[in-house]
Amino acid sequence: MSESINIAAQSASFFTGFKLNDLWYLAGAAGHTLMIAALAISIGTVFGVFFGWVLSVSRWAGAATLGLVLDMFRSVPLIIQLILFFNFFPIIGLPLNPFAAGTIVLVFYTAALVASVARGGIESVPVTTRKAARSLGLTYWQELFYITFPIGCRSALPAWTGVALGVLKDSALVSVLGYVELLRASQILITRTQQPFIILAIAGAFYFALSFPIARITERLERRWQS
Amino acid sequence: MIEINNVSKSFGSLEVLKGIDLKVEKGEVLSVIGASGSGKSTLLYCINALEPIQGGEIRVDGIDVHGAKTDVNKLRRHIGMVFQQWNSFPHMTTLENVALAPRIVLGKTKAEAREIAARQLDHVGLGDKLDTYPTNMSGGQQQRLAIARALAMEPDYMLFDEVTSALDPELVGEVLDTLKMLSEEGMTMILVTHEIPFARDVSDRVAFFRQGVIEEIGPPSQVIGDPTSEHTKQFLSNVR
Ligand SMILES: Nc1ncnc2c1ncn2[C@@H]1O[C@H](COP(=O)(O)OP(=O)(O)OP(=O)(O)O)[C@@H](O)[C@H]1O
Ligand SMILES: [Mg+2]
Repeated sequence: MSESINIAAQSASFFTGFKLNDLWYLAGAAGHTLMIAALAISIGTVFGVFFGWVLSVSRWAGAATLGLVLDMFRSVPLIIQLILFFNFFPIIGLPLNPFAAGTIVLVFYTAALVASVARGGIESVPVTTRKAARSLGLTYWQELFYITFPIGCRSALPAWTGVALGVLKDSALVSVLGYVELLRASQILITRTQQPFIILAIAGAFYFALSFPIARITERLERRWQS
Repeated sequence: MIEINNVSKSFGSLEVLKGIDLKVEKGEVLSVIGASGSGKSTLLYCINALEPIQGGEIRVDGIDVHGAKTDVNKLRRHIGMVFQQWNSFPHMTTLENVALAPRIVLGKTKAEAREIAARQLDHVGLGDKLDTYPTNMSGGQQQRLAIARALAMEPDYMLFDEVTSALDPELVGEVLDTLKMLSEEGMTMILVTHEIPFARDVSDRVAFFRQGVIEEIGPPSQVIGDPTSEHTKQFLSNVR
């Protein structure tokens, strides 16, 4: 008897615990995840391609230093970087909100990952192909933009997709700074409703919905480039 | 005219060209033969400034190729080059491969560039392959594509670096036929090749390279038919 009352109470808290409003709340948080990931991936890719190009051309000390810095961004766990930088910015007189700090760290993290992907793509283009282009009178930059980048892009695309999907998921770590993105929003709802299963399932579905287009679009590009 | 005066070239401590003297007149076909590693490719790379030199000078139509003030991109418009590996641009169709340089280097309109490209591709027998991607073509076809791509810049000189060496034997003929056609049209050519009978057939002169120097140079009937140098004789008997 007392057991059935207990179950009834639980299911009551299930329905009153998670409301339709909460779904909108999660959707809004998914929008924040999308925003921070989209910024990190797009800006990080631009920087990463530039860094990858620097690494591929130069043997000077600056490039070696850059390589070392990028290695650090790649190897130190993102959560440590986030906390370090979030606490470091105010020290240099630049107090940033969690969103700005998280975005900046994610941008550099993405750039570091993309740099090695981009470098690999550039170096996958045969030297003689590049010389053949130069022999036609193309300048260094024309050759780079019309020949090396497009060819390198094709070979680097699968690895870049991996980076982009990884950054989307890793953006969850920005929640440690207090920025309310998808993971943080889920935690808040779980605390209130005590219904982790359904909320995490919904959050997972949102992550999947965000990743799916990236995976599909690049897959389609790859297939088109293969023909 | 291509004038090569006492040119030396090293890769690090390895001296690859040791004082080369050579003149190639307008309209002439010069074949360069010689053992692997004798510096034949390197000389071609130096002629259009794809490699720097350490001594001497190279002049093309009077322009000092390695001069500090020389605009090499402009110079290279006059010197076409085709490599052993055909180096197609895999992300472009055959037509786009050929139209690219006329459009972005010579500043032709898209329509003009496509017309030039179509004409050159037709010239080398690829008129029916305009929209094909290079990866779907044979090595011989890709090598003819590379020739058309160089010709689209209307160069005054053409440099060919063993353009048949990477081809399957049955595809060599079609590329040699294209070279022969160019020589008959009066193109000035330097032709690095291992196809001795072909060199004998098309060349005005033949140069035999050995360890970075020109061991022997003269008309094919002499250098190939009746060589004076022991080394030339030995090389020819090895390749036959
Ligand atoms: N980029 C380079 N760096 C260092 N050494 C090089 C480079 N290119 C060529 N060499 C060396 O220079 C020498 C001459 O090379 P080259 O390619 O000119 O010879 P080749 O006569 O064309 O030979 P092959 O018939 O094999 O093409 C070789 O010993 C080669 O190893
Ligand atoms: Mg060679």
